Amino acid sequence: MAKVLMKGTEAIAEAAIQAGCTHFFGYPITPQNEIPEYMSAHLPEHGGVYIQGESEVASINMVLGAAATGCQVMTSSSSPGISLMSEGISYVAGSELPCVLVNVMRGGPGLGGILPSQADYLQATKGGGNGDFKLMVLAPSTLQEAVDLVQAGWDLAFKYRNPVMILADGFMGQMMEPVEISEHKTDRGDVESWALGNFRERGNKRTLLKSMYLTPELLEAHNIKLQKKYDAMQQNETRFELLDVEDAELVIVSYGTSARISKTAISHLREQGYKVGMIRPISLFPFPYEAFESIPASTSHILDVEMNMGQMIDDVKIATGSKYPVSFFGHCGGLAPSVEEIEEECKKILG
Amino acid sequence: MSETKVYSRPESWMEGVHTHYCPGCGHGIAHRIICELIDEFDLQDKAISMSPVGCSAMMYDYINIDYVEAPHGRAPAVATGIKRVLPENFVFTYQGDGDLASIGIAEIIHAANRGENITAIFINNAIYGMTGGQMAPTTLIGQKATTCPLGRDPKLAGYPMRMCEMLATLETPSYIERVTLAQPKYIKKAKAAIKKGFQNQLDKKGFSFIEVLSTCPTNWGKPPVKAFEWVLDTMVPYYPLGVYKDFE
Repeated sequence: MAKVLMKGTEAIAEAAIQAGCTHFFGYPITPQNEIPEYMSAHLPEHGGVYIQGESEVASINMVLGAAATGCQVMTSSSSPGISLMSEGISYVAGSELPCVLVNVMRGGPGLGGILPSQADYLQATKGGGNGDFKLMVLAPSTLQEAVDLVQAGWDLAFKYRNPVMILADGFMGQMMEPVEISEHKTDRGDVESWALGNFRERGNKRTLLKSMYLTPELLEAHNIKLQKKYDAMQQNETRFELLDVEDAELVIVSYGTSARISKTAISHLREQGYKVGMIRPISLFPFPYEAFESIPASTSHILDVEMNMGQMIDDVKIATGSKYPVSFFGHCGGLAPSVEEIEEECKKILG
Repeated sequence: MSETKVYSRPESWMEGVHTHYCPGCGHGIAHRIICELIDEFDLQDKAISMSPVGCSAMMYDYINIDYVEAPHGRAPAVATGIKRVLPENFVFTYQGDGDLASIGIAEIIHAANRGENITAIFINNAIYGMTGGQMAPTTLIGQKATTCPLGRDPKLAGYPMRMCEMLATLETPSYIERVTLAQPKYIKKAKAAIKKGFQNQLDKKGFSFIEVLSTCPTNWGKPPVKAFEWVLDTMVPYYPLGVYKDFE
C-alpha cells in the first residue's frame, strides 16, 4: 500500500483491521470517536463485528468475552472512559486474555477537558485497576509509529496473553499525516489450547479462564506467574529512541507528542550550539531503563517534558539513580509546551 | 413390565464433586436442570458460560463446559462478546439478583434490547447470599436483611424490582418467563422453561430470559422446608409466575 494522508484515529483503526482485528466494542467519547465510527463502517466489510456498548463498563466486558475466544478484539476510549474500563482491564489481565486497547488521552482529573493531554501515564503504567498486574503500554509519537505499534501490539498481546495499550493523546488522534498501512499477519500462537470454543479440539477438555483463586497459596502462585511474564516483558520488549545523546549536556526524556515537540526544539538548540539530546521511551511499560545507560559523562541535567504535571519523573529518577538533577517542564489541561518554551527551559538549565 | 428410570449424574456434571451450597439452596437444582439440558441437547462441546459474582461464582467447578469468569454484573456483556465471535456455540448466563438486578442492570437490559442470541438465567432469592444476607433490589417489603434489619422500608429503599415485567416492555427479547423451584411440579415447569430458552437460542430466535424464584434458607433464617414454603406464600404473590413474552 502506498502512503495515504489519514487522520490519526482512522489510521489506528485501519491498521488494526489490516492486522486482523475482527471485533470492536466501544462507547463514544471525545476525542477518539473516529475510531469506533471507522470500525462501524469498515469492520463488517472484512467480516468483522462492531457493537456499541451501553457504557465503557459493558464494552470492556464484551472485549473480555471476545478475547476469551482468542479472536483479535479491540476497544478504544479516552481518559474518563478508560477509568470506567479499569475494572474490566484488571480482569482481562488477571485472566490472561489478549486484546489491544487504545487510550486517546484528554485532560483530567474527573471530566477534565476534551483537549490533548498525557495525563494518564500513571494510570496506564502503574495499574488503574486493582491488583498486581501490568498492561504493556506503547506510546507512538508519529502516526506511522501508531500504525506500526497497533500492529505489533497484536503479536505482543498474544505472545504474552496480556492486554496491550496504545497510549496516544488528542493530537495524535486528531492530526493528519501520510501513513503506509500494510497487511500484517498476527501470530496468535496456540489459541486452541486455552481459548473458549475448542472443547473438541482439546480432546474433550474444557477451558477455564479466571482470575479468582480463593486459596491464598494459589493466588500467590498465580501472581508469581504473572510477575514472571512482566519480568520477561522487561527483559525482551523495551522500545526507545535515542536522539543526539552521545555528547549531550542536557538530556530530555519525553514520549508521544511532547517528544515530537522536544525533537524540534533540540534541532533548533543544536543549531545554536547547545548540546541537548533526548531519550524517547516508546514502551512506557516495560520502561526502557537500559536507555539511560547511554547518557554520557558530559551530561549534567535531565529534563522530563510531558503534557501533564510530571507523571513520568519518578521513573526517570529510578532510571538515573541520583546521578543527575532531574526537573520537569510541561503543560497540562489541553495545553502543550511550545518549541520555544522548551528551548528557553533548556537554555535556562544550561546557563 | 414397567419401565425403570435410572436417576444418574448428568454427563456434563463435573465428576466426583459436591457443591458448596447450603442445604435447601436452589442453586443445586438449577445447576442440575442446566446439566440435564446440556446432555439432552448434546451441547457439552458447544456450551460456554461465565460464572457470575455471588454464591454461584464457582459454578465452573460443577459444570464441565468451557467457562470464563465475569466481573460482578457483567455476564450479559461478556456473553455478548463471546456469542458475537462464536455464533454457532451455545452461550448462557447465570446470575443472581444482586448481580443482575442491581450492579448489572444496565448490562442485562441492553443485552436483552440488542436481542443477543443467548439464554439468560436469573436466580432470584431476594437477598445477597455470598456476602452474608444484605438487602437486594428484589428483597420484599418488610423482609429482613442485614442492611435492613427492621425489614425493607419502601420509603427508604423503594419497592422490589420485577425484572421479567421490566424486560417485557422491550420490543426485542423473544422469550421471558418466571418460574420457581419451590415444589417438584414447579421444578418440572422450570426445566421446561429453561429448555425453551435453550431451544430458542439453537433456533436463533434471540434473547431468552428465565427468572427462577429460588431460596436462601441460611440468610432468610428459615429451615429448608419453610424456605420453599416462603417462596410460594410470599414471593410468588409479588413475583407472579408465568410467561411475560413469547414470540413464537
